[in-house]
Amino acid sequence: MAEDWTHGGFGIYIHWPFCASKCPYCDFNSHVAAEIDESRWVRAYTREIDRYAAALPARVVNSVFFGGGTPSLMAPETVNAVLERIHMRWPVANDLEVTLEANPGSVEAGRFRGYAQAGVNRLSMGIQALNDPDLRALGRLHSVDDALAAFDIARNNFDRVSFDLIYARQNQTLSDWRSELRRALAMTVDHLSLYQLTIEPGTAFGDRYDAGKLRGLPEDDLSAEMYEATQDICAAAGFEAYEVSNHAKSGSESRHNLIYWRYGDYAGIGPGAHGRITVHGQRYATETRLAPLAWLQAAEAGQGENLRRALSGTEQAEEYLMMGLRLLQGIDLKRYYSLSGDHLDTAKIAYLSEIGMVEHAGDSLHVTPGGRMVLNAVIKEFFAG
Amino acid sequence: MTDLAHIRNFSIVAHIDHGKSTLADRLIQSTGTVKDRDMKEQLLDAMDIERERGITIKANTVRIDYTADNGEAYVLNLIDTPGHVDFAYEVSRSMRAVEGSLLVVDSTQGVEAQTLANVYQAIDADHEIVPVLNKIDLPASDCDRVAEQIEDVIGIDASGAIRVSAKTGEGIHETLEAIVNQLPPPKGDRDAPLKAMLVDSWYDAYLGVIVLVRIIDGVMKKGERVKMMSNGSVHLIDRIGVFRPGMMPVDELGPGEIGFITASIKQVRDTRVGDTITHEKKGAEKALPGFKPSQPVVFCGLFPVDSAEFEDLRDAIEKLALNDASFSYEMETSAALGFGFRCGFLGLLHLEVIRDRIEREYDIDLITTAPSVIYHVYMKDGSHFELHNPADFPDPSTIDHLEEPRIKATILVPDEFLGDVLKLCQDRRGIQLDLTYAGSRAMVVYDLPLNEVVFDFYDRLKSVTKGYASFDYQMTGYRQDNLVKMSILVNEEPVDALSTMVHRDRAETRGRAMVEKLKDLIPRHMFKIPIQAAIGGKVIARETLSAMRKDVTAKCYGGDATRKKKLLEKQKAGKKKMRQFGKVDIPQEAFISALKMDG
Repeated sequence: MAEDWTHGGFGIYIHWPFCASKCPYCDFNSHVAAEIDESRWVRAYTREIDRYAAALPARVVNSVFFGGGTPSLMAPETVNAVLERIHMRWPVANDLEVTLEANPGSVEAGRFRGYAQAGVNRLSMGIQALNDPDLRALGRLHSVDDALAAFDIARNNFDRVSFDLIYARQNQTLSDWRSELRRALAMTVDHLSLYQLTIEPGTAFGDRYDAGKLRGLPEDDLSAEMYEATQDICAAAGFEAYEVSNHAKSGSESRHNLIYWRYGDYAGIGPGAHGRITVHGQRYATETRLAPLAWLQAAEAGQGENLRRALSGTEQAEEYLMMGLRLLQGIDLKRYYSLSGDHLDTAKIAYLSEIGMVEHAGDSLHVTPGGRMVLNAVIKEFFAG
Repeated sequence: MTDLAHIRNFSIVAHIDHGKSTLADRLIQSTGTVKDRDMKEQLLDAMDIERERGITIKANTVRIDYTADNGEAYVLNLIDTPGHVDFAYEVSRSMRAVEGSLLVVDSTQGVEAQTLANVYQAIDADHEIVPVLNKIDLPASDCDRVAEQIEDVIGIDASGAIRVSAKTGEGIHETLEAIVNQLPPPKGDRDAPLKAMLVDSWYDAYLGVIVLVRIIDGVMKKGERVKMMSNGSVHLIDRIGVFRPGMMPVDELGPGEIGFITASIKQVRDTRVGDTITHEKKGAEKALPGFKPSQPVVFCGLFPVDSAEFEDLRDAIEKLALNDASFSYEMETSAALGFGFRCGFLGLLHLEVIRDRIEREYDIDLITTAPSVIYHVYMKDGSHFELHNPADFPDPSTIDHLEEPRIKATILVPDEFLGDVLKLCQDRRGIQLDLTYAGSRAMVVYDLPLNEVVFDFYDRLKSVTKGYASFDYQMTGYRQDNLVKMSILVNEEPVDALSTMVHRDRAETRGRAMVEKLKDLIPRHMFKIPIQAAIGGKVIARETLSAMRKDVTAKCYGGDATRKKKLLEKQKAGKKKMRQFGKVDIPQEAFISALKMDG
């Protein structure tokens, strides 16, 4: 029988931890550094690729994703060297997806052609807002004009271009957001990520929020209305939410992110990167050192991972549930059972169906539009003993 | 053994925070009874909760050796008494074991309601009373005014009041001299048959029950067989001693002396406070007049939040009851809460102390159901019974009438807050009995229903008077009134733990307040939840808790799986502090908070 990860495929995540400046809402592992010796990073990435290739032979790579940080600060040569090494070590799928996250600044846009030549075939741009005051409030260094110019360059170089917007921002009204979203959809190619602003602990926004100084955030009801409006407007434009915050034309979904949500295997390479890999039939969670230099030295020395933990069947089933219910298509109960060894509680499924949170047909279970809005509560209900 | 002329037995009467424990500490310390290095604050308050709340719950006793200015050596026995109204019985029986009292009044504050209640008990017990004005080191101290107030309000001579700072030690020597010179020595006959008063008893894990005794007549020795005169049970004394304040063995206790015995007694319930102990053979013929046993007046259910902890709860309650004869319990089953205990307490403070001890010392999270007093239910068929739990309320059509307990409440309050206090008492169905002035303070006396007081009256009183009012009460009896059982329905299901007895005229107000509170206390669920208050089948108040609109993590990618899952699991663990009623999770604190009234 095929191993469980084959339901989701196999991807490689490369983390570039550096940014030109730190955004106040961002809780990702990003750092601002004056000087970066990219040749050392190439060496570290390629050694890690070699190591994973040895542990996970005979795989076909479905996707490579350069995330960050700001990967569009990498020299195209660095990206090229990483991709060459991957091609050297594994066979890749015919429809290999190679995504790079890019800031829509003028400097970055100058590198887009080089990335495309290196093999990147999908760009994910952090545009975040379509008005300058909000971009400044979000700590972004680019303007709307910069973003639109960079977007045009991206479209000329890549078939697939996605971009991110953040909404439920400070002092944003529902009608502000509706019109901004319509403008965004008018320029959308095939994919759009729309995130509600989330105040994370440990960020600059988190600190200001705790101090009572982050004003004008929408109340629960308004933020719920914004989410609903987002679903309606996107669906009407043919960009259905295939995941909680991701909208695409059919067939243009992010294959890389689908690996996460379909609970496939992914090698996490770079500081703070997490992975899920199946070795000899056992699935492991992997983690790496967070600090860029600490990771760099460890990876150069041949061991970028600092934690590899075997996941029990129950843990895997819970992760599959938590990730899979984010998708419109939901989860397969047979697969849940084969991971867990237990059926998902039928009384809970019945109860959540009765209150309109999930729908259930044969072995497929997915959340309703209402259930998706309270997905954390739905998952907690399944987790609760 | 000390001869009677060189013994002085006394207690200290004071309001909370007037410095009673600090004064006791200084008396003990200055006589060298406890070495300085062993001294810790509030020596006599043994329990953490006593120290934390600054209150004394159980009577404590200490023997102090003092050589007076006249060159003679005296034995001073101090019995420290609880200051709170809930423990008034403990005060009264401790008073009966001594001949005099120090009346400690904070010279920056003046006489308070509890001072009054306790000093009247001392006067009832024929005590000689020595007024002590404490905290004279503070700038706000006004000894002349407070001495005058003592004379006006209490009616005792305060011209010779001793001025003390328990903090600095000033006046401590004068206090010790006054104890020797102003308080009378005990009376007693060494050759008469043994009569020892059982003052208090408590359980010790190593020694079994420890019995605090005051010898009236005769002599008690180790190895003797003694008899409890109330039930004739006989015990062999295996230890006899005094508290200094640690236990110190002695050969014998004679008339006027206060000390302890142990006699392989297993349970505090086997000892009756106020009982007379005599010798098995050639014992006394006639017992001392006994004390009224203390009776629980407030009842509530205690249930473990996690039903798997029921056995742990049983264990905790049994252990606490070993040491507290005034705390009663019986097993209770609730449809919604499962197994728990219906417990009786002397008052709300007593309830809170027991609840805190179970949660803290035994680490069990509790759901405390709405406290209730005892109602007398008279049925149409002529029978009657005591209702301890609103859940047991019978079909109203079978009831002839109901009676509820009433109290006489004494409140001392500065003038400027009088209006607020009168309004509070009126709101709680009070009937004014008296209103007098002593200086700039008013003393109001109200007849109030106990059920309006047990819950949050004292909190409200403190809040409307910024802490300047003091309060004391005594039970006066039962009176018929128009009382009904109010049920609370959450998501159409009655939650018996939230049922309360209310006066019919106040039911709508209470019901509205409760459902509004619950709407805030219960977290939003995936569905909307009606919350209703009802009398019989009739809904008198209703709120709707709307469904949660949105609770979804915006970003969840490969790097987030581990962290987000941990977060959800942590929140899931938080749910354990809630109990499920039907499909609704109600937080533990909701059961008590819902009853607190803001207005």
